[in-house]
Amino acid sequence: MLYREAGQFKSTYAEDQQIFPILQDRVAMAALLVVAFVVVPLIGNQYWLSAILTPFLVLALATLGLNILTGYAGQLSLGTAAFMAVGAFMAYNAMLRIPHMPILGAFIIGGLCAAAVGVVFGLPSLRIKGLYLAVATLACQFFVLWAINRIGWFSNHSSSGVISAQRIEILGFPVEHSQGKYLLTLSIVAVMALAAKNLMRSETGRAFMAIRDMDVAASVIGIPMMKTKLLAFAISSFYCGVAGALYAFCYLGTVEPEAFTLDLSFRVLFMVIIGGVGSILGSFLGAAFITLFPIFLNIATKSLETALGIEISHALVSNAEAIIFGGLIIFFLIVEPNGLARLWQITKEKLRLWPFPH
Amino acid sequence: MKCTAIAVAALGITLAGPVGAQNEQFVPANFYWVGPYAPGGSGFGGGIIDYMQMLNERDGGINGVKLTWDKCETEYNNARGVECYERSKKHAPTGATVIHPLSTGITYSLIEKATADRIPIISMGYGRTSAADGRVFPYVFPLITTYWSQATVMVKFMGQKMGGMDKWKGKKLVLVYHDSAYGKEPIPVLTDMSKQYGYELTTIAVPHPGNEQQSQWQQIRQIKPDWVILWGWGVMNPTALKTAAKIGYPREKIIGVWWSGAEEDVLPAGSAAKGYISAGFNSPGSDFPVMKDIKKYVYDKGKGEFEDKSRFGSIYHTRGVVAGIVTAEAIRNAQAKFGKGKPITGEQMRWGIEHLNIDDKRLKELGATGLMPTLKVSCLDHEGSGLVKFQQWDGAKWKVITDWMEPDRKLVRGMIEADAAQYAKEKSITPRDCGKDL
Repeated sequence: MLYREAGQFKSTYAEDQQIFPILQDRVAMAALLVVAFVVVPLIGNQYWLSAILTPFLVLALATLGLNILTGYAGQLSLGTAAFMAVGAFMAYNAMLRIPHMPILGAFIIGGLCAAAVGVVFGLPSLRIKGLYLAVATLACQFFVLWAINRIGWFSNHSSSGVISAQRIEILGFPVEHSQGKYLLTLSIVAVMALAAKNLMRSETGRAFMAIRDMDVAASVIGIPMMKTKLLAFAISSFYCGVAGALYAFCYLGTVEPEAFTLDLSFRVLFMVIIGGVGSILGSFLGAAFITLFPIFLNIATKSLETALGIEISHALVSNAEAIIFGGLIIFFLIVEPNGLARLWQITKEKLRLWPFPH
Repeated sequence: MKCTAIAVAALGITLAGPVGAQNEQFVPANFYWVGPYAPGGSGFGGGIIDYMQMLNERDGGINGVKLTWDKCETEYNNARGVECYERSKKHAPTGATVIHPLSTGITYSLIEKATADRIPIISMGYGRTSAADGRVFPYVFPLITTYWSQATVMVKFMGQKMGGMDKWKGKKLVLVYHDSAYGKEPIPVLTDMSKQYGYELTTIAVPHPGNEQQSQWQQIRQIKPDWVILWGWGVMNPTALKTAAKIGYPREKIIGVWWSGAEEDVLPAGSAAKGYISAGFNSPGSDFPVMKDIKKYVYDKGKGEFEDKSRFGSIYHTRGVVAGIVTAEAIRNAQAKFGKGKPITGEQMRWGIEHLNIDDKRLKELGATGLMPTLKVSCLDHEGSGLVKFQQWDGAKWKVITDWMEPDRKLVRGMIEADAAQYAKEKSITPRDCGKDL
């Protein structure tokens, strides 16, 4: 009843092609942005901002990066954490070695270095596909961590290989508190998500999807294979690199290379799969599910204990959380193999007919 | 995204926070009970909680202030560790008193956050070694002994076994380490000492988690070292011992770090572990008076942390008890200064830890003589002891084979100050003046 496009007429092409053609969507999106940018920093306490929302946004950005490569261009990759590591360590080095380096410049350098590494390790994609490509990108994961661990230059010859992110300053204003770091992360993520959305609606994005759906047909209609695939790798790695830099600078503060293990690559891949392959919204939903749900479970069992007045062995609870989480992932994949984004889409379709479904 | 916002808002309401009784002292229990490192996390965590429980049952807390805690699962994962820290730091009534991260990685991630929040970190036997310089790291306490002190004691112990430090000349030493910040920590000290004593050092990395070490030990077979230092963690330890047995390297020549020297590290290796030596800053056993009290006041009442009673008095358990003793003594100390019978804040706790002085007399009163070395912390020295013992596995239990041994203080202190000074420069921190009592 409320969510209906009746009466909204499009009289120009521009109107017809906008991201949110329906007025209600635009209003909802604007409201969401206002909440995220204004209300949340005002009411959110430090725990919410720095332990929940910032890592969620950072991982959503990494998921977005992988979604561009895997979801839109159809190239399976297990090197996400490696690209994030390149971004984090190169942003640190840019700040360290280039005098008067602005922080955003360092993030961009981190992203560009990750993009370069991505292009190099994307080369095998020209010959191999699918699971075999995943194995090739696995090499990237191991090689990058090996190099960062072995070559002292990356960590400024720190004996333990740990880097400590520099203070963040933007135009002379220090960004120290959780509010500032949250807003910085949110701004970068919002801008990059908008860019990704538009990229996917452009010719480049359509070329990616053509390759994903059938690469032989795509090359027959004149899409250059090499250029497009490598471009997908570069853009995806750029997103992951910026996410890695944010992970180091805005979230953990101090990072060791072990923060970017294969485990993280898999987690990001799960975020893509759970959220929805080939969907910008899905990247956010997937990241939210995977990062927030275990914490929610943890808190929920705790309140359950207090509410019922019983004490359950903590080891049991911790293991049960992992089991419930795993079970839910399987449940979602069976019920909706296309991810949470698809569920959202179905909800919207139902809403349009509500309350008079045919 | 809209869904998330709603869920987040809903969660926020449920999380508005419980209100505790005012005369309580909250100590977060952010450890790990799942995953490959669970034996360490649950053992250490069990020890610290058992000790606090015992104080509550026996003495009614510390000067009438009950100790409380909340368990939070960190999974030995930096991100989860930070989340647990943020969750626990505002707990009623005075916030988190002190944090035991029980992970070198989490300690690194918390140094700046905790310093800003004025919550002390006790990283007992792990973490950033150079934090022992209290002028640069006012809120971080790598108490009792650090990785660098330990490395120097190890070299000394091996020298003694050979009949003198001059015997090191031309000998070969191999360091087999967990490929992480933790494992790399001793390399600078061992390299420095190799120049001083003239041994040849080879470092061999084992990637996480370390359940396959065939190639590393093949390399060791080719090098034929006189000694091997095992700097492992979790499943890597028994695997190393089993692989060493397979290539025939004598276990008596392998010296483990204290995180490689618990029952959980040798039992899975079976007979392959017999003769293996490890360092330690606490002794195992259930005969110490303090352990008997824990048995009497906690376990006999069915309130103990371990369901498996055989873990009582194990290395990790007593190490947790030592952490409990240090924590409780620091709280006692701070109460004596800032008001007896009142909960203290993190800032006051910092003062309490910095003025810790657990001498032989106090150890006897605590019933912990021999369980841990004496400890005297100061503004300059956040390590406080540096003493290390060695123990050997006889196939059934750990037998302590040396008395407390002194580290090479001059070498270690010099390196700590150099590293801390570099950190201070990078972060533009002005070191405190220890002449003034802050």
